[in-house]
Amino acid sequence: MQFRVDKLGVIIAALAAYGALLAPFATFRANRIVAGEARSIGEALPSAWTVVVLLLVTATVVVAVLKTPSRLRLGTAFAAIAALALGIGAAAGHLTPPENAYARVSPASGFWILLFALGLLAADALTRLRPSPLVRVLFLSAVLGFIAAVLTSGTWDGLSLLKEYASRADTFWAEAGKHVTLALGSLAAATIVGIPLGILCHRVARLRDGLLGVLNAIQTIPSIALFGILIAPLGWIAVHVPGAAAIGIRGIGTAPAFVALFLYSLLPVVANTVVGLAGVPREANDAARGIGMTDFQRLVGIEFPLAFPVILTGIRIVLVQNIGLATIAALIGGGGFGVFVFQGVGQTAMDLVLLGAVPTVLLAFTAAIVLDALIETATPNRNRVQSA
Amino acid sequence: MIEIEGITKRYGETTVVRDVSLTIAPRTVTVIVGTSGSGKTTLLRMINRLVEPTSGTIKLDGEDNRSLPDYELRRRIGYAIQGHGLFPHRTVAQNIATVPTLLGWDGARIEAKVTELLTLFQLDPVAFGPRYPHELSGGQQQRVGVARALAAEPKVLLMDEPFGALDPIIRAKAQDDLLAIQKHFETTIVLVTHDMEEAFHLADRIAVMDKGEVVQYATPAEMLVKPATAFVESLIGAGERPFRLLAIETVADAVEPGAAEGEAIASAATQREALSTLLWTGRKALPVIGPDGALIGKVSLDGLVQRAAGPT
Amino acid sequence: MLRLPTLFRLFAFAVLVAFLIQPQWFEPLLRPLVQENAPAIYNQGSLLQLTLLHLRTVAIATACATVVALALAILVTRRSGAEFLPLSRSLVNIGQTFPPVAVLALAVPIFGFGEKPTLIALFLYGLLPIFENALTGLTTLPPSIMEAARGTGMTGRQRLMKIELPLAMPVILAGIRLSVVISLATATIGSTVAARTLGEVIIAGLQSNNLAFVVQGGLIVAVLAVLIHDALQAAERSLGSRMGR
Repeated sequence: MQFRVDKLGVIIAALAAYGALLAPFATFRANRIVAGEARSIGEALPSAWTVVVLLLVTATVVVAVLKTPSRLRLGTAFAAIAALALGIGAAAGHLTPPENAYARVSPASGFWILLFALGLLAADALTRLRPSPLVRVLFLSAVLGFIAAVLTSGTWDGLSLLKEYASRADTFWAEAGKHVTLALGSLAAATIVGIPLGILCHRVARLRDGLLGVLNAIQTIPSIALFGILIAPLGWIAVHVPGAAAIGIRGIGTAPAFVALFLYSLLPVVANTVVGLAGVPREANDAARGIGMTDFQRLVGIEFPLAFPVILTGIRIVLVQNIGLATIAALIGGGGFGVFVFQGVGQTAMDLVLLGAVPTVLLAFTAAIVLDALIETATPNRNRVQSA
Repeated sequence: MIEIEGITKRYGETTVVRDVSLTIAPRTVTVIVGTSGSGKTTLLRMINRLVEPTSGTIKLDGEDNRSLPDYELRRRIGYAIQGHGLFPHRTVAQNIATVPTLLGWDGARIEAKVTELLTLFQLDPVAFGPRYPHELSGGQQQRVGVARALAAEPKVLLMDEPFGALDPIIRAKAQDDLLAIQKHFETTIVLVTHDMEEAFHLADRIAVMDKGEVVQYATPAEMLVKPATAFVESLIGAGERPFRLLAIETVADAVEPGAAEGEAIASAATQREALSTLLWTGRKALPVIGPDGALIGKVSLDGLVQRAAGPT
Repeated sequence: MLRLPTLFRLFAFAVLVAFLIQPQWFEPLLRPLVQENAPAIYNQGSLLQLTLLHLRTVAIATACATVVALALAILVTRRSGAEFLPLSRSLVNIGQTFPPVAVLALAVPIFGFGEKPTLIALFLYGLLPIFENALTGLTTLPPSIMEAARGTGMTGRQRLMKIELPLAMPVILAGIRLSVVISLATATIGSTVAARTLGEVIIAGLQSNNLAFVVQGGLIVAVLAVLIHDALQAAERSLGSRMGR
C-alpha cells in the first residue's frame, strides 16, 4: 500500500504545530489598558481542555497530511474548530482571577493561526465537495447557529471582546441597525433606479457609453473622498432647500454616506442589467417578436427573466461592497460598525476594533454566500450539465 | 524514415491506440484517416511525444524518439494544427521564426529563412512579416502556420487536420500548395484527417484507423481495389470507388494510340477529369497532348470504363 | 488626433498639478466654503508632498502584491501546484468579502500605527484582484495556442515566459488596475492610523469642521484615482488591441 502525502496537509501541519506549540494561545492583561502577557496553550487552558484541543488538532493534522476523503477532512476540521472555540472560552474562566472585573483575556496569535490552519482545511474540503446551493446555505446557518448558541450560553462572556460588547450593548445594536439600513437602503434605492436605467441604456446605445463612463469614474473615486465631496452640496441643500433639513438631509451624517453608497451601487446594477440584456439570445428575441409579443411583453416575459441571474450578480457585488464601505461612513458621522473600528483604532483597543470588524466581516460573508446560492439557483442548468 | 513499433496508449481503462505498427518511408506523404475517436490524432502526437505512449517504440531514422529531451525532439519535427495555433501576440515574422530562435540561429539566417518561406507561400515578406495574425485571412493564417512548422527545415512534418478550418475552394488550393512544397523540401509528411477526399488527393499511402487500430495501411489504389474490411469500404464510399480510382491516376497512364475529334486534354490531368469531359461533351474519345503540347494519342470512354472497373 | 475625453483628462491633470504646486491660486474658489478666519487651503503640510507619499505607499504595496500574486498564480497553475488550485480560488472569493477597512484596522494592533499597517493592509488586500486575474488569465489560454507552443519544442519555462505570461498580460494588468484603485482608497483611510497620505487633509477638515479641506482633499484623491485608472486602462487596451481582442 502506497503512502501518499497531501501537500496542503503538510502546510496545515506546519501552521498547526507552530500555532499549538510555539505561539501564545491567549493574552492576559490585568486591566483594559496595560500590555498583555502571553500564555501558552498549556498555561491558558485547564488540563482537560488542553488534552481535548491538542488531541483534536493532532487528529485533524493526521487526517490532513494523509490523502483522506473530503468528508472526513471537513468533519475533523470542524470538530477541532468547535473545540478551539469552546476552549478559548474556558481559557477566559481559567485565567481570570475570581472576583476580578478588570482582567482581560483575549485570543492570541497561536489561537488565530490554529483557526486559520483549520479553516484552510475546511475550505479546501468544502470546495472539493462542491455542495449544492441549498447545502451551502444550510451549512452557513449551522455555523451561525453554533456561534449564536455559544454566545447566548455565556461560554465566551469572560473574553475581552464580549466584555467590550457588554459595556456597549445598546450602542452596538443601534449601530448595527444603522449599518444594515445604510447598506440595504442604498442597495434598494440603487436597484429601483439602476434597473430601469440599465434597460434604458440597453435600448439607447448613445446613452449607454456616456452613463457607464460616468458611473465607472464615480466607482473609481475612493469612498472617503466621495463622502467628503458630497458634504458640500448636501450641506448647501440642507440650508437652502426648504424642508430638506427636516427629512434628515445634512452636510455630515447619514445623508452623504447614503448618497455615496447609492452612487457606488449604481454602476454594478446598471452595467449588469445592460450585460444581462445584451446576453439574451437573438433567437429568443426574434421568436418573441415572431409570435407577436409587444416590446413590453417581450421585456417582462423574455428579456428580464433571462437577464435576471446577471442582474442578481450585480446586486451581490453591490451588497458585499456596501457592507464594507458602510464602515467608512463612521468617519463622517454616518454611524455603523465603523464607529467601533475607528474608536478602537483611536484608543489602540484591538477588542473594540474587532467588535466593529468581526460583525462586518460576518455580515459580508453571509450576504456573499446567500446571494451566490440565489444566483446559482436562478441560473438555468446550462453550466451544471457540463460539470456532471 | 519513421518506424512505429507496437505502439499502445491507454488512459486508465480505455485504450485509445492499440498495438499499432507502421513504417513510413522518407519523402512521402502518409495520411492517417479515421472517424473521430479512432485514435488517429493520439497516434500522430506520439511521434513528437506530445503524448507519451504506454508501450512500444517510435524510431526516427533508426533513433528512438525518447533518446533526447521532448522539447529538443519537437524542435526537429514540424507540427501544424487545425486553426493554425499562431501566437496572437507575435508578428507573422516572429511566429515563423519561433523554432529557429529556440535553436539559436543568428539573426541574418532567421531573416533569410522567414523571407524565403513567406515568398514560397505567396505572401509578400515586406507586407505580411510585420502584421499580427488577427490581421490575416483564414487561408493566410493557415499558410503561416505551415511556414512556421517548416522554418527549421525539419525532415518530418506532422499535420493534424491542417485544412479543417478552411472553406472548400481555399482548401483545394492549400492542398496543392502543400504537395508542391513537399516536393520542394523533400519533407516526410504525416497528416491526420477525417476527409477521405483529402486523403486520396494527398497521400502516397493511407493508414485507416478504427477503434485505436490500423485496419489497413496501403497505397490509395490498393485500398480502392482491395479494401481490407467493411469499415474501410464504407469510409471510401462504395458509390465513389470508380471515380476515386480514376482520380488518382493521370491521363498519361490511359493513353491509347489513335486520334480523336475536338478539344484536347492534357496528359497531366486526372482520368476522372477526362471522364467528366467525355460525359459532358458526349464524345467517345478525346485527343491527348503531352507536356510539350504535341498530340500523343487519345483517351476513350471505353478505355476509362474498363480502368474504373473493380476486380472481378 | 486628440479626442475630447483625452483633452478633458489632460486638462484635469494640468489643473491637478497646478493645484498641488500653487494651491494659493485656487484660494478664491475655496474661500466661500469656510468661515471668516479659517484657512481655505490646507496649511498643515505640503499637498504635493502628501500626494507623493500617498502615491509612494500605493506603488510599494502594489509592486510587492504584483510580484507575490503573480508568483503564487504561476505556482498553482503548474502541474506541481495543481493541488492548491481549487483552494486558492475559494480563498480569493472569501478574501474579497473582507472589507479593506477591516484589514487595515486589524493590522494596527499587530503592526502599530503609521506607514507599516497601511502598507501591510494595502499589500494583503491588493494581492486578491491580481491573483484572481492572473489565475483567470493563465487558466483560460486558448488550447490550440498552448498545443502549438508545446509542438514547436518550447520548454515549460519558455512557454511560460514567451507565451503564457504575454497572452495573460492584459487580464493581469486589469487585476493590477483594480488593485491600484482599491489601494488608493484604502491608503486614504490609512491616515486614520497615522500614515501620511492625502486622507490627512480630509480628516483634518472633518475634525476642524473645515469644508474647504474636505473638498480639496476629496477632489485631489478623486482626480488622482480616476486619472491613474484611465491611464492603466489605456495601457491595457493598447496591449490587447495588438492581439486582436
